[in-house]
Parts: sequence; structure tokens; C-alpha cells
Amino acid sequence: MSKYLLNKFLYTVDRDPELVERYRADARGAVAWWEADRANLILNCPAGERSTWLTFTDAEREALATHDYPALFGLGAHPFLTLTLFIALFERDYDEPLGFQREYAARLSHWSLPYPDIST
Amino acid sequence: MATVAAVIASTHHPFYYRASTSTGADRPPFADEWVTKIEAFRQTLTRARADMLVMVGSDHFHQLWLDNMPQFLIGKAPFYDANFYNEEREFGLPRMLVRGDEDLSGYLLRQGIDAGFDLAFSNELRIDHSITCPLITLRPETDLPIVPIYTNIFAPPLPRPKRFVELGRTIRQLVESWPTDKRVAIIGTGHLSLELGGPRQFGPHGPDPEFDRKAVGWIASGDLESALAEVSLESLWLPGNATHGFMDFMLMMGVAGENVKADYVDSLDLFHTMEAYFTWYPEASA
Repeated sequence: MSKYLLNKFLYTVDRDPELVERYRADARGAVAWWEADRANLILNCPAGERSTWLTFTDAEREALATHDYPALFGLGAHPFLTLTLFIALFERDYDEPLGFQREYAARLSHWSLPYPDIST
Repeated sequence: MATVAAVIASTHHPFYYRASTSTGADRPPFADEWVTKIEAFRQTLTRARADMLVMVGSDHFHQLWLDNMPQFLIGKAPFYDANFYNEEREFGLPRMLVRGDEDLSGYLLRQGIDAGFDLAFSNELRIDHSITCPLITLRPETDLPIVPIYTNIFAPPLPRPKRFVELGRTIRQLVESWPTDKRVAIIGTGHLSLELGGPRQFGPHGPDPEFDRKAVGWIASGDLESALAEVSLESLWLPGNATHGFMDFMLMMGVAGENVKADYVDSLDLFHTMEAYFTWYPEASA
């Protein structure tokens, strides 16, 4: 499990308008590029002092590459990060206010407490 | 010594700014009642005649990240830029610039560390909606300098509720021992029951109205004994997966004092979450 790296993807994409659009348009390509190029950057360190060990599991990579937010919930990604980014990705496709947010809840409705552990 | 001119605790609803400024067909049906309640709440700070504001909130994964996550952090800077791209995008929040009071920041850091809290600090902090929402609701002129205090209610492992209460008590004691004649309002925002990114999000009410009813009662009456007996890191998952933000209300109960009744209490049942507003005037009860 690399919940930290899942969260790092969601966090770094969510804060960058260009990456939000890139991830919306080509999820699989954006995830492959990010894992190869960005996953090991330490955010407050120069690029030459990057980490060497961070990779997604196959399930994590596939969940991100298919915009599968229910799967991300099950994998223990931080739900605030997932929600915020996915609102940015898909709210625009819904006519009703909060339409996407309500569908999001419905697609998670099979979950009951306790939810997946989000600690990192 | 400084005077605690008011202690104020509230929810921070990022949709208030857009709801209150929208017009015509864009204006939601609950906006007018919400604005009326906020304007009444704002008066409780206005009448306190504060010179500066200590503001307790929580960074929502904006500047603070999991590679270096403080539990409690005090800003110490002459200015704070405010709000982030994703808050503009989702909530329509404006960019803001707020003055800081470095003297009070420095005093709280030095004395707080000596009092047993290993406080982190930041000399360049961009504050987010946990602090800008109460500025928008309570002091939209943003003319008073602030000291931001961030708590971790978001990224486990979290401090336990008792620690939030203890920090609140300490903040109150430290402000009251600050050698100055300034009037300081201590403001903190948190959540009642709240679900974000889970199956109970964005319902017609908060996810657990029974918890909200009890929580409002604890805060309004200063009933720390009941709150501490019933609330734990584990129990806070039950009312909603983002309800750990209630610990910032518990911190503010520590500031206000055990069994000290709030002088002003109001609430508003909205979709997704209940709003709640509390003000104490320590001078009146001294």
C-alpha cells in the first residue's frame, strides 16, 4: 500500500490548473507521466534531491488511470483530496447544483462504518 | 495585561461568500436568512472593540503537507496572503491579504513552548478558508491584524481531544498574561458533524443531527466534562468522516472556560452541515 503516494498525486494535481485538465483529458497518460517524472520529487527539495523508492501498486495505478474514485475510497486515499480533485474534474458535466457531489455519495453508498483506514 | 475582548467559535462554511454575494437566479433560497444570521453574529465581534484577532483554524492540505506535518502551528509574519486556487475554483473565494501581529505571535510561541506545547511556526504562511471564512463573516473589512494558529484535524495521527482543550486553555492564559493594554478577540472555527468524500456527504442536513444537537449544547453551556467523556478520536468517525474538525470547537471551549455559558448562541440547519455560532464575553463574567 502506498496511500501516501496516492494522496501526493491527488494533492499535486489538484493544486495545478494545467494538471487538472491534463488528468481529465488523458487519465492514463497523466498518471504514467506523473509516476515516472513527479512521484519522487520531494515538494520542498530541489529536483536533484528526489526520493528513489516511491511507486504505485497496480491497483492504485489502475484506480487513478480510470478516474475510479470509489476504488480510491476503498484504497484509503484521503477522502478530502479525492473529493476536491474530482469535483474539479467532473462537476462541470452536471446541470444541477451539487449533482456530481450527490452521485459521488451514491456511488459510495455500499460502504458502512468503519470506512477504510486513511492513516499514512 | 491584554484583555480577552471576546471568544468566538463557529463553523466555517466555504459556500457563504458565494451565497451571500450572488443575485437573481443564482441566489440560493437560504441565502437571505443566512446573511441575516451572519450579520447579527458579526455584531458580537464589533461590539467587543478588539484590536487584534487570534484565529484558530486548520489548513486543508494547502500549504501543509504529509512530508512535514505539524500538529499545532502558529504563524509569525507581518502579512498573510490568503486563499488558494482550488478554493477560488470550488467556492469562488477571493484572494486576500491580512496583516499579522508578530509581537503576539512571538509571545504565544515562546510562552507556549515553555508551557509544554512544542509549537511549530511559519514565517511565510498562506492562510486558507478555515481562517478567511470567519474573516469574511465576522470582519470583512480585514482591518485588524491576526495571529493564525493551525491545528491538525485532518491527517492522522492526530492529537487527542483533550490536547486541543489544553491548548485552548493555554492560549487563553497566555493572551491574558501578554504585557500590553491591547484588546484581543480569540476566534476559532471547526465543524459539527461533517462528511467529505464519503457516502453521507451533501445530504439535506448534516450527517448526524443528533450529534449536532448534543455538540451545540456542550459548546453553549461550556460542558467540557460531557464533551471529553463522549468524544474520542475513534468516536469522531461515527458522526461523519470529517467530524474531527469538532476538536477545534473543543479547543475554543478550552479558551472560553469550563462551564462558562456562551453569551450568544445561534445555529442554522443547512444542507450538508449545520452552521453554529457562539460568542463569550469574558469581561462580563469576570
